[in-house]
Amino acid sequence: MNDIMKIQFPAKSSCESFARVAVSAFIARYDPTLAEINEIKTAVSEGVTNSIIHGYENENGVIYIECEVRDRQVKIIIADKGKGIEDIERAMTPLFTTNPDGERSGMGFTVMGTFMDKVEVKSLPGVGTRIIMTKTLETAGEEAECG
Amino acid sequence: MNFSIIKRSDRLTVKIAGELDHHNSKAVRENIDIEIKGGNVKTLVFDFSELTFMDSSGIGIIMGRFHLMSLYGGRVMIKNAPDYIKKIIFMSGLRDIVDVA
Repeated sequence: MNDIMKIQFPAKSSCESFARVAVSAFIARYDPTLAEINEIKTAVSEGVTNSIIHGYENENGVIYIECEVRDRQVKIIIADKGKGIEDIERAMTPLFTTNPDGERSGMGFTVMGTFMDKVEVKSLPGVGTRIIMTKTLETAGEEAECG
Repeated sequence: MNFSIIKRSDRLTVKIAGELDHHNSKAVRENIDIEIKGGNVKTLVFDFSELTFMDSSGIGIIMGRFHLMSLYGGRVMIKNAPDYIKKIIFMSGLRDIVDVA
């Protein structure tokens, strides 16, 4: 059976740390390196922050995370039903931000892309955004079991 | 996350402990800015020795403070950053505009 975790939580900035901890706890059972855990936590934080600030523009909403590990490949999907991204290519350009005065660096997708093996963004304006990230854990550990 | 801001002469040292993200970046930013705008700060030092997590919100804080310090003719330094946080700092190009020790 595939090892899958699905969570949903309010699009509030106070939930950013919860999202990081939940995903890292799920993946920790595969004995990743500290660097791998830190990189995955950072990528999750970027994705969730993107949904809060851009997807829902700091208004109410729900963020969905799906996390799956198969053959040491971690797949994380971060989804929202927010306003979507008009121009995905531009959004993924380093230093591009829609909010230059709001102290955002425009580095979110760059960080995700650097720390994960692959980042794919699917978005429809008015419907929402799905960020699909994958990363293969390098070190071989024991197969994770919950019980 | 908690942070301390210590001003000694014209040097302002900001030490951040724990996790720095979008949620708590505003409080850090606002408190630093009060001190900088208070005047006589020539060097702003971020001490990251006790920082356990940072995402691009931290980059935003550093970039914003770099621009503010530039207006006052001052400079920004980052010291004691853990390796993985250095990686974020380097990927953002911040190394070109601030001193990373």
